[in-house]
Amino acid sequence: MKKSLYKLSIFALALGVSFAAEAHRAWIVPAATVLSGDDPWVTFDAAVSNTIFHADHAPFRLNGVTAVAPDGSEIELQNPHTGKYRSTFDLNLKQEGTYKIVSASNGLTARWETEDGERRFWPPRGSAPTPEGFEKEVPKKAKNLKVTQSSRRIETFVTAGEPDNQVFKPANVGLEMVPVTHPNDLFSGEEAEFNLLIDGKPAVGAKVIVLAGGMRYRNQQDAIEVVSDKKGKFAITWPAAGMYWMSVSYSDDKAKKPATQRSGSYTASFEVLPE
Amino acid sequence: MRLRLLLILCVLFTLPATAKELTISVEIPRINVAEYHRPYTAFWIERDGEVTNLAVWYDLEMEDAKGEEWLKDMRQWWRRSGRSLDMPVDGVSGATRAPGQHTLAFTDGKAPLGKLTAGEYTLIVEASREVGGREVLKIPFQWPPTQQQVLNAQGENELGALSLTLTP
Repeated sequence: MKKSLYKLSIFALALGVSFAAEAHRAWIVPAATVLSGDDPWVTFDAAVSNTIFHADHAPFRLNGVTAVAPDGSEIELQNPHTGKYRSTFDLNLKQEGTYKIVSASNGLTARWETEDGERRFWPPRGSAPTPEGFEKEVPKKAKNLKVTQSSRRIETFVTAGEPDNQVFKPANVGLEMVPVTHPNDLFSGEEAEFNLLIDGKPAVGAKVIVLAGGMRYRNQQDAIEVVSDKKGKFAITWPAAGMYWMSVSYSDDKAKKPATQRSGSYTASFEVLPE
Repeated sequence: MRLRLLLILCVLFTLPATAKELTISVEIPRINVAEYHRPYTAFWIERDGEVTNLAVWYDLEMEDAKGEEWLKDMRQWWRRSGRSLDMPVDGVSGATRAPGQHTLAFTDGKAPLGKLTAGEYTLIVEASREVGGREVLKIPFQWPPTQQQVLNAQGENELGALSLTLTP
């Protein structure tokens, strides 16, 4: 029992997603998204907190975070550190082009009721779903059994020199965002277009929320809310320069057995420059 | 009579062909601050999204090309052409200039102006100063000029008086 738990926790660590933090807002924010010069460096904050972008709740664990270079290779997170309220790391952008920083996971989650009417869910808080765990822990038949294929993705982008599109190629698994307007070419007052995919197909009717940073310094959320169209597209016109948090949620019932529902969550941060 | 005709013809043939000229006069303002840095300044002309860079002043003497780190602070220049360039660019890159009046002269057909096709252009000058501000000035103009023209713009912070002289 101990051995399998150990294996499970290693696997969970590898997937690196804390499902306990589901209710809160997660973000990875670079200190700059447009970099010039030879070999620039850029630093990042990663945290889970509801006030955007104030790190006042929990750090975002870095074990599931990868940085993808323009040529598709993974580059090392330099000087990684996880503190009380946030994680930080640096990246050395040796290649010219656009980098994607991503934490993604995909798996089955389940909810059911026991014969006594007690509510159960899997995976337990703080651990990531695994196929073995699912087989073992989730009953094949139960009252109000609901199995969901869940995907969760948190991303941000930075560009050294001239932007390019290599890192936007989707994996075609779960909920993904393929930018139409380059995410490191965003300016106040301009419209930016985005494309959403669910398992490689257009994600229609996905709910999008965009929040500007500096939330502590205003009295309202001032959320921009849009829904993706039948091509999975949506557009945002940035009201002002600053750092923005975007969160997309999607669900449908076109899932593969044993799941009856598909759900996806996509989160990203964007920098919008003044004219 | 024939001699006079010959004389006239000689004079006509010795007259130099005048090339069209574009001259920019820019004032880098004197700013009274304890920590003053000369601004990074970019000069370019644009037409339908096509950019012709005329001059880019930055800290090009720094070791390991460290001065390139702040080229992106000239936000519009960076976005419209800078990020696609391999700096320094011969004939365009230059060191930052001290406060005062500076003149840049360009000749049609010669680098970096080159041969401009006829049409409506905009001269854009962008300045960004360390621990200071950033300013952009634009002057629209018609090319080629049919007569001598002087067009002006006035900056408020990082740029002073800007004038563009077009000579046919």
